[in-house]
Amino acid sequence: MSNLEIIRSREIKERMSGNEAVSYAIRQVEPDVMPAFPITPSTEIPQMVSAYIANGQMDTDFIPVESEHSAMSAAIGSEAAGARTMTATSSAGLALMWEELLLAASNRLPIVLTLVNRTLSGPININCDHSDGMGARDTGWIQIYAEDNQEVYDNYIQAYPIAEDPCVRLPVMICQDGFITSHAVQNICLLEDESVKKFAGTYEPEEFMLNPGKPVSVGPYSISNYEMEAKKNQETAMENARGVILKVAEKFEQMSGRKYGFFEEYRTEDADYIMLIMGSAAGTAKEAVDELREEGWKAGVLKIRVFRPFPEKEIADALRNCRAVAIMDRCESYNGNSGPLGSEVTAGLYRNRVFIEAVNYIYGLGGRDFTTDHVKEVFAELRAAAEEGVPVQQHKYVNLRG
Amino acid sequence: MKNTVEIRWHGRGGQGAKTAALLLADVCFKTGAYVQGFPEYGPERMGAPITAFNRISRTPIRVHSNIYDPDYVVVVDETLLHAVHVTDGLKENGAIIVNTPKTPDEIRPLLRGYRGRVVTVDARSISEQALGKNFPNTPMLAAAVAVSRVMDRDSFVANMRESFQHKFAKKPEVIDGNMRALEDAFAAVDE
Amino acid sequence: MRTDISKINEQTPCGGLTEGMQIFAGGTSRQFNTGEWRTNTPVYIEEKCKQCLLCCPVCPDGAIPFQDGKRLDFDYMHCKGCGICAKVCPFEAIVMKEGIEP
Repeated sequence: MSNLEIIRSREIKERMSGNEAVSYAIRQVEPDVMPAFPITPSTEIPQMVSAYIANGQMDTDFIPVESEHSAMSAAIGSEAAGARTMTATSSAGLALMWEELLLAASNRLPIVLTLVNRTLSGPININCDHSDGMGARDTGWIQIYAEDNQEVYDNYIQAYPIAEDPCVRLPVMICQDGFITSHAVQNICLLEDESVKKFAGTYEPEEFMLNPGKPVSVGPYSISNYEMEAKKNQETAMENARGVILKVAEKFEQMSGRKYGFFEEYRTEDADYIMLIMGSAAGTAKEAVDELREEGWKAGVLKIRVFRPFPEKEIADALRNCRAVAIMDRCESYNGNSGPLGSEVTAGLYRNRVFIEAVNYIYGLGGRDFTTDHVKEVFAELRAAAEEGVPVQQHKYVNLRG
Repeated sequence: MKNTVEIRWHGRGGQGAKTAALLLADVCFKTGAYVQGFPEYGPERMGAPITAFNRISRTPIRVHSNIYDPDYVVVVDETLLHAVHVTDGLKENGAIIVNTPKTPDEIRPLLRGYRGRVVTVDARSISEQALGKNFPNTPMLAAAVAVSRVMDRDSFVANMRESFQHKFAKKPEVIDGNMRALEDAFAAVDE
Repeated sequence: MRTDISKINEQTPCGGLTEGMQIFAGGTSRQFNTGEWRTNTPVYIEEKCKQCLLCCPVCPDGAIPFQDGKRLDFDYMHCKGCGICAKVCPFEAIVMKEGIEP
C-alpha cells in the first residue's frame, strides 16, 4: 500500500449493480493487465472493463483468452512478469482455473480475482450459491465475501494492498453473490478516483521476471527436501494476512469512513441466539433480527467477511456468551456431516473451549430464495433447542421440500 | 409514502420489464430514496415469463430476497394473466396495473379473486401514438409511478427527461416521443 | 536485498528459503553436476572427427561444447551418457564406454 498519507475521500452517492460497482473500482485502481473469459453472472465485469478501456477511461491491457484455464495462466505469467493483474469469473470458470489457482498462491503472486458466486453443476444452474468459492477454499487464496454492492466495491479497493504486502504476497478472491447482488441496482457511496488511486498505490515488486540484469525463475521444481518448508512458508504468509487485512481495513476507514474487520457483529452484544452467515443473506438476516428484537428476542447476526484466512479464534470469542448459534452454509460439502462453515466454525469453537449449541444449516443452493421468514424459523428452532431441549437435527436444509 | 414500497413486475423476456424496474430504481434514486431494482434470473429466453422487483425506501435496504407480498404489481403483457399468478401475495390495499386496452372490470375476472384496486393502461396504443412503435415499458413505468406515488409527477417528469437525454444522447429525436408516452400514460391513470 | 541462493541447501530452515522457492539468479543449472548420474560415458576420438557437427545439436544436455566452428571435448559435468551422439556420428569418432570415467 502506498505510504502516502490517506486522504479522506468525498462521498459520491450513486446507484449501481454489484458488477457495475466492482467494474468501477477496477477502473479506479487500474491494474496493468486483465485476462478474462466470460461466464454468467460475472460476464458484465470484463464487458464493462473492456468498455472503459475502449473509451479511454483506463489504461489496462485486456487479454481476451480462450478459457478460464488460460485466463489464470495468463494472469500468473503477467503477475510474475511484474504487472499488477486481475481477472473475473464464476462457477465452472473458477473450477477450470483450479490447477492455476494453486500455482498463483504457491508462487506467491498477488493476483486479484473478482468472483461472482454461482453454483457448480449439477444439475446445471446459473444462480447463486457459494460452491464455487468454497470449492477453492484450500487453494491458498485469501477470500473476502461481500453482503452487497457497497462491500464488494470496498473490498476490491482493499484487495491489492492486502495481496501485495511484503509479508503476505498471496492472491485475493473478492466474492459477491451472483445475480442477488451482482445484478441488483442499489444505492452506493463511491470514492474519488484520486483517493482510490493513492490508496491502491502502484505495484513495486522486489523481484519480477521482466527485470533486466536481475534474472529470476518462478515456479521451479522442489524436491521433497524443500517442498514441506515451502508449503509452511505459504501458510505463514496466510497467517500474516490476518494482521494486514485489519491494518488495510483501518486505513480504508480513514479514507471512506466505513469500518471493516474479519466479520461484522450485528446486535450480538447481549444476544442469546446468533446466526452466523456469509454474503447477501446476511442483510436479510439483519432485517429479521430487527423484527425479532422488537418482539423481545435477543437475536444477532455474525456476518463472515474474511473466510480465508479463517478467523476461528475471533469467531469463537464472539460466540462465547450466546446460548446457540446457527451456522449457515450456502454450499454442501458432501462430507456427510456439515457444510464448510459448519465444519470450520465448530472446530474453532471446540479448540477455543466454547461449548454452545451449534446447528449447521444448508440454505440457498442454486439461487433458492432465503427470506426473513426463513431466518425466523431458524431462530425459533435454536430457541426451542436451547430453552426447551427440543432435539434439533444437525446439518439441516432450510426451505427444502422434504 | 410508507417506509418501504415493494413492486413486482411481470413481463416477457425482451419486453423491457427488467429495464423498467431498473429505470424506476434510477429515477427514485434521484429523488433521494434508497432503492433496489433486480430481476429474477433464469436462462434468458425471448418471450418467456420473467419477473423483476423494486424496493423503494426511506431507509437503507438490506433484504436481498424476492418480493412475495408486493404493494404493487405491474403486468407489462396482458397474456401473462392466464399463465402466471400475478396477484399472488399482492396486498389488497395496493394495486395491480395491467397493460391492456380493456377496462378494470373486464380484467378483474382474470385476477384469481384479487379484491384490491385494478388499473388498466393501454401502453401499446400510447407507445404507438407517441413513438410509432410498441415499447410498452416506458408507459408502464409512468403508470407504476402514478399509481404507487413513489414520487410526484413533476419530479418524475423532470428526472426522466434528464435520464432520456443521457440514454438517447446519440438519437435525441426519440426523447420527445418517450416523454410524450410517459406523460400520456401518467395522465391516463392519475386520479 | 536479493537472497544469495548459493547459500540455500537441503538443510536450510523455512525462514532461509525464498518466497515461492523462486530462484534469484540465471543459468543456475550450470552449477548442477548432473554428470554424476552417468553410467555410460562417451569418449571423443579427435583424430576420427571430421567436424561435421551432427553431434552438437542432438545432445539433450548441451554437453558438447562448440567454439570457432568446431566441437570440443565433452562437458562431463553435464553429460548423462545417453549415447545419442555416438549413434549419430557417421565416423565412429564417439565411442561409448561403460562406467562414469571417460
